[in-house]
Amino acid sequence: MEMIEKANAEALRRLLAGDPVLVDVVPAGEAIEGLGKHHILHAGPPISWERMCGPLRGAITGIAVFEGWANDLQDGAAKAHAGAFRFEPNHDYGAVGPMTGMTTESQPVLVVENRAFGNRAYCTINEGLGKVMRFGGNDAEVLARLAWLRDTLGPALGRAIREIGPIPLKPIIARGLAMGDEMHQRNVACSSLLLRILAPSLARTSEDCEALARCLDFIGKNDQFFLNVAMTVGKALTDPARGIEGASLVTAMCRNGTDFGIRVCGAGDTWFTAPVEMPVGLYFPGFTANDANPDMGDSAIVETVGLGAFAMAAAPSVVGFIGAGPASEAARFTRSMGEITAGNNPEWTIPMLDGLGVPTGIDIRLVVETGIVPNINTGIAHRQPGMGQVGAGVVKAPMACFTQALEGFAAKLGVDY
Amino acid sequence: MAAEHKTTDGKMPASLLGQPLRVINVGLERFAEVLAAHGTTVQHVQWAPPAGGDARLADLLSKLGS
Amino acid sequence: MIRNEIRKGFYLDSVALMRAARAIAALPGIEDAGMMIGTPANKEILREAGLLDEAGAQAGPGDLVIALRARNPAAAAAAMLEARRLLDRPRRVEAGDASWQPRTLRAAVQQMPDANFALVSVPGDFAAAEARKGLRRGLNVMIFSDNVPLAEEVALKREARDRGLIVMGPDCGTAVIGGAPLAFANSLPRGDVGIVGASGTGIQEVSCLIANGGRGISHAIGTGGRDLSAEVGGISTLAAIDLLDKDAATQEVVLISKPPAPEVTRQVLARAGRSSKPFTVCLVGGKPESALPANVRFAGTLAEAAEVVLGRKLGTYQGALPKPTGGQLIRGLFCGGTLCSEAQLILQRSGLDVVSNAPIHGTERLGAQRDAHILIDLGDDRFTRGRPHPMIEPATRDVPLGEALVDTAVGVVMLDVILGWGIHPDPAGQLARALGGRSAAAPVIVASVIGTEADPQVRSSQVRKLTDAGIIVAPSNANATEIALQCVR
Repeated sequence: MEMIEKANAEALRRLLAGDPVLVDVVPAGEAIEGLGKHHILHAGPPISWERMCGPLRGAITGIAVFEGWANDLQDGAAKAHAGAFRFEPNHDYGAVGPMTGMTTESQPVLVVENRAFGNRAYCTINEGLGKVMRFGGNDAEVLARLAWLRDTLGPALGRAIREIGPIPLKPIIARGLAMGDEMHQRNVACSSLLLRILAPSLARTSEDCEALARCLDFIGKNDQFFLNVAMTVGKALTDPARGIEGASLVTAMCRNGTDFGIRVCGAGDTWFTAPVEMPVGLYFPGFTANDANPDMGDSAIVETVGLGAFAMAAAPSVVGFIGAGPASEAARFTRSMGEITAGNNPEWTIPMLDGLGVPTGIDIRLVVETGIVPNINTGIAHRQPGMGQVGAGVVKAPMACFTQALEGFAAKLGVDY
Repeated sequence: MAAEHKTTDGKMPASLLGQPLRVINVGLERFAEVLAAHGTTVQHVQWAPPAGGDARLADLLSKLGS
Repeated sequence: MIRNEIRKGFYLDSVALMRAARAIAALPGIEDAGMMIGTPANKEILREAGLLDEAGAQAGPGDLVIALRARNPAAAAAAMLEARRLLDRPRRVEAGDASWQPRTLRAAVQQMPDANFALVSVPGDFAAAEARKGLRRGLNVMIFSDNVPLAEEVALKREARDRGLIVMGPDCGTAVIGGAPLAFANSLPRGDVGIVGASGTGIQEVSCLIANGGRGISHAIGTGGRDLSAEVGGISTLAAIDLLDKDAATQEVVLISKPPAPEVTRQVLARAGRSSKPFTVCLVGGKPESALPANVRFAGTLAEAAEVVLGRKLGTYQGALPKPTGGQLIRGLFCGGTLCSEAQLILQRSGLDVVSNAPIHGTERLGAQRDAHILIDLGDDRFTRGRPHPMIEPATRDVPLGEALVDTAVGVVMLDVILGWGIHPDPAGQLARALGGRSAAAPVIVASVIGTEADPQVRSSQVRKLTDAGIIVAPSNANATEIALQCVR
């Protein structure tokens, strides 16, 4: 239908025209309008306490204690059960969060502005590897780290970024693609590039050598530091495309450990949900698929803008996580995602594919027609809260989300079937 | 036939006889093998029925014109 | 029991290590395995997994720890050997995405943006949608598929006309463009005769007769069997005439079809008349209704069309005929629809009553009749729905053939043996085997072989297989029909 083609062209244009810059780090309560006390934003589509998985509950009880809304974890759980907290998706507040994705008022958030459209997006700072709240960790060590982020690293980053001025993020990602990053499972190049940009400013705006050293060390040791930046970029790029009537492109994909949800331009703010699938991947020694938590996190926003599994050809070693073939299989993943997308991003190109731009703009019609669902590169959490990451792999978006979305989209257009 | 007619994306219609064929083969793979053996440029498409054979969804898709 | 081995100064990507570890863990007698660089954090992971021993604990951050837990020493030793082998094997350089095949026409065009032609052979229910995608991307389209609704054909051809493109088909079994073989096509010498055909096997017979007679083909454009119906109005035929008219390599044109709707015939003849090139119009089973333009000659059979182009009579079978068996009926089993039509016409001209499932004017439609000359088109839509075409799978002819062989009323069985690209590699051999056990009282078998020496099956070799099996081989379908007539007279 020509009207849909025109609408999709506009949606793709907006996705590609974005100009995301890192402008600040501030407490979430200052940045995000409407985020106040007892308000806990989480990853994925809306979900009630009763339906939440172990790690998500673990994170919620932990953050409740952290914010001073509960005396301890048990109290947190009781209060959650009693409805004392307001649970909402990050996505509804211009935010995204990896894995459990906890966003609450006192946590520092990255602020990315899309200068082409004026919208802003937010995400917390990546806690690092090991036992973290992102995987449902909630003990004293986890909360102490969150406190350090709140009191030291967050403010330090904010001062440094404000001193440098807005940092363009598209070029960093472009360089990362040429260095083996795909911005979901592999972020080490971009993390390093960003640290190079920030380090002098961190030094200039710091009064405490030891605190500065800890900040540099923390960022330097975290290969996944840039993940949260990339996710914020994804959110900043997709929000301007929301609500374009008649456009069948996906503006969000996210999971909460129970449900997978997608949003589509031309189907309003409706979340089309289906049970999450289990990732297929490789496990660290001592762990198996039996230990794995179902799929979680807003990080699928990077696939939504053509990175992650969509850019797998830029990161051939990552495909080894499937365990199914040699690294040369990586290009097949990118080409396969090209079957379900509206176009390619000329600014984010893949050397191995002769400069082909990453496939961008998932069209729900093509997904249903071809039977090819978006692939998502993901970390795998232990199903018990607080145990941390147990592996990494690829997960498929559930087809049911797309068939439901197609029906919802058709209904909104008044198309009978 | 006027050669001024344009297709989508502003592409000009391909001339049938004036140039070597560059074929996209959708369906029986043997036809692609024949063309390749002959030296004609051909790309085979691993076609499958739309929507995995679900007639209702396929009908909806055709109305939404993908 | 735990076994650890340390490789000093060894680095491999953590993912590659995890894959290798998984392979080791799957070996018999192995409970778990890990391969990690010896950083403190990694050693802690191995320790918590119950995989680290004293030796492994000594590893430094630049070393690789190979760790496994086995049920017995033998399993541990074997697994460690395999682990070393995995780490030491040379890295292969693969061709990257050479093996990727697109799943949609859309992705294929992305991959090959200068594509100019789409050949569609998906099931009929889906063919029109695929063809439309090709047209919208500026490609000329050939639809091999049959069982495509007529309304779809009309819509597609109108759209093609608006876009300056041509749709060849549906039900277009044969085309040869610039020598390139499309679907079922013969290896033909290049020359100056252009062909437009509503019938694939009609194109094949005429082009092979012309080729075997010493001339060559510029292009053979198929239009599909319904193009010249009143509903479609000859859109593709007229487009093909335009193309061949402008084509410098083409000096004369042959048009092949069953008789079109009258208004369409007039339009086509008028268009042919406006050309400066000579036309031979072969309407099998029909006669032109009005005066022909000066540059247009008429042929009533495929053989006559070839004779007009070659300027001489075609050869005929010169051998002896076998003794008649007493059966009075002709049974024809054809893979080619137009060959079946041609045979019907020749029998009608000789005064016979003919019955067929694909009747031309003057032939009775096949119902329950058995006591008649019956000519069957095995490629008819009703036979091919959900089943392979007899040209791809000749065994589909075996059952009706077997019935004819034991029917004492049948005096002669007529068959077409069609060669070419995309077709069964040895139709004559398959037929000879099917006829191998026939009794001495079986009907006479007459066949024509449609093909050239350059075809993959090699015409002369196919003819030999048939004659060795006691089959009479005529040089054309028309001549085979004449021989069949003689067998029952």
